Amino acid sequence: MSNLYGQFSALHQLREKAPVFVAVLFAITAWASACNLLLPEDSFFHVSTFTITLLGKYLCYALLAMAVDVVWGYCGILSLGHGAFFALGGYAMGMYLMRQIGDRGVYGNPLLPDFMVFLNWEALPWYWQGFDQFWFAMLMVLLVPGLLAFAFGWLAFRSRVAGVYLSIITQALTYALMLAFFRNEMGFGGNNGLTDFKDILGFDLQADGTRVALFVATALVLAAAYCASQLILGSKFGRVILAVRDAEARARFVGYRTETYKVWLFVYSAVLAGIAGALYVPQVGIINPGEFSPLNSIEIVVWVAVGGRGTLYGAVVGALLVNYAKTRFTGIMPEAWLFALGALFVAVTLFLPRGLTGLVMERLPRREKLKEVAA
Amino acid sequence: MSVRGAFGELANRDQLWPFLMPARGARVDVSKQVLLYIEDLSVSFDGFKAINNLNLYINDGELRCLIGANGAGKTTLMDIITGKTHPDTGAVYFGQNIDLLGRSEAEIAELGIGRKFQKPTVFEAQTVYANLELSMRAEKGIMASLGSRLTGEKRDRIDQVLATIGLSDERALAAGALSHGQKQWLEIGMLLIADPRLLLVDEPVAGMTAQETERTAELLTSLAGERTVVVVEHDMEFVRSIARTVTVLHQGSVLAEGTMEQVQNDPKVIEVYLGDEH
Ligand SMILES: Nc1ncnc2c1ncn2[C@@H]1O[C@H](COP(=O)(O)OP(=O)(O)OP(=O)(O)O)[C@@H](O)[C@H]1O
Ligand SMILES: [Mg+2]
Repeated sequence: MSNLYGQFSALHQLREKAPVFVAVLFAITAWASACNLLLPEDSFFHVSTFTITLLGKYLCYALLAMAVDVVWGYCGILSLGHGAFFALGGYAMGMYLMRQIGDRGVYGNPLLPDFMVFLNWEALPWYWQGFDQFWFAMLMVLLVPGLLAFAFGWLAFRSRVAGVYLSIITQALTYALMLAFFRNEMGFGGNNGLTDFKDILGFDLQADGTRVALFVATALVLAAAYCASQLILGSKFGRVILAVRDAEARARFVGYRTETYKVWLFVYSAVLAGIAGALYVPQVGIINPGEFSPLNSIEIVVWVAVGGRGTLYGAVVGALLVNYAKTRFTGIMPEAWLFALGALFVAVTLFLPRGLTGLVMERLPRREKLKEVAA
Repeated sequence: MSVRGAFGELANRDQLWPFLMPARGARVDVSKQVLLYIEDLSVSFDGFKAINNLNLYINDGELRCLIGANGAGKTTLMDIITGKTHPDTGAVYFGQNIDLLGRSEAEIAELGIGRKFQKPTVFEAQTVYANLELSMRAEKGIMASLGSRLTGEKRDRIDQVLATIGLSDERALAAGALSHGQKQWLEIGMLLIADPRLLLVDEPVAGMTAQETERTAELLTSLAGERTVVVVEHDMEFVRSIARTVTVLHQGSVLAEGTMEQVQNDPKVIEVYLGDEH
């Protein structure tokens, strides 16, 4: 019986679901970081800084995949535009990093980033003000994707747009933003985007220590986001979200304003995506409008489908596996990657509706069963 | 209200803040003994009049059966009352004072109008227990849901309803795993636990065994009095067993109204409805 009531306490759910995930994540992070910092470079067990950055990048993708799973897996909102929130978070971080360059740019202008000098701009545009402050940039990392998601969600969910139509307009959203950010007049560096960053909070971005710190920070944020999401989705709020996914009309007649629930879940998800983007940019060293590409957003959905929807950890596993495969694959035959991705998506949709983690979990039913008997 | 008065109200910790006060219950004015007024109601879909100048009054505490052939407009009528469909003309009042038209489904649910769908709709992926928890009468806002806890009082209430609908042993089962009849019962339980003033029940016994049907009849009859129940049903045996007043709908309007006996002997009804059954 205590087992049954446990399902209704978010804290209990968290205790049930988070420890393994967090432990595995932290173990890998600590191990990789230690092998990078403590072992000599010629040691067999040394982990190169390149690998550390690659892992950091994967963890950003994992966070992004989790953001998509929160809305798609739990609420059935198939967003094909989450790349936009990721990119906006990335741009906010990029703007801070640009301002950090100061007078060390090619043109040596203490205030204007190089691309603005190149465009003969006289002054810093108003929307670049404040980005020299880290806290302000971080605030924008949360606010910009959050506000866009709120405006978008408010319009879409209140007019009861759902299903394929919603997916299509999310694609349109990210596509429109991509076109806008490609324009030089927008003031975000046009198609080159923002790059040539020097340091973050005064630490050299090329230094091993900074790289490891960014990787560790990403792991910490991913763990925190995982726990927060489990708490939220394990609460009654999460059960309302599932109810909306499975029978929205019923949820309305029970008395829930389902569009409000959807809007706030969408905002939460967009903020997670924005944070992922902000952690991604200092590690890869560039953000450009390509990140808004509709294709990117579709890829995220494939990660989640491969890993398995509606569990959070499935999305993380999917993001890691598919991106590892992509790194490997593009090393061998880059042209074929998109076909491989498409084939993967079709295969998973047809044969593994619950994804790879679903497949594994189905094979491990014993532990659960025993617990039920014991309870 | 003065600023000071307003502040005083907010600072007063003994009572619920007025804006948190549930917008339901007590205020329905039934001094004329009528709980639901439906007047001159019409709605058409692509030129087809699904509801055609319909007038219907449901008394407070009554158990009313709505019958009518397929497509008579019974479900559409419920859609209008619960805010899903907007009529072209007419008025729908809850008590004398609450205009239901133009309100959202959630608002209408909060006023105390519960509805069971024709096709049983429960939250299939969640347990029977969670289905009931979600349907409880409670604050339905986001913050309330985030902080909601399953108090002993709530558990007792859920246990009570589980017993009423005979699903105590199935509480931990996913609702999707229930039989058709059990789903119907769960949906009725979801209505009950919300403590509605008015229950709109669309075909409750479809897919139920004879025994289940009998228990449903008992349950619905026991509810009347304290609550008002409107039942749509095709099963004439069932209607006969519970009905006091029967309203016959035909092509979107009321064809006849009265006791089962009166209705059955009404020549108009015999012609258009019961006639084609025999
Ligand atoms: N959303 C809609 N769009 C178009 N036509 C509709 C819509 N809803 C109902 N109708 C039509 O209105 C008519 C009345 O339908 P309704 O579902 O109310 O009938 P009913 O009395 O509940 O029938 P049944 O006993 O079969 O459930 C039907 O002809 C139906 O096809
Ligand atoms: Mg019907």
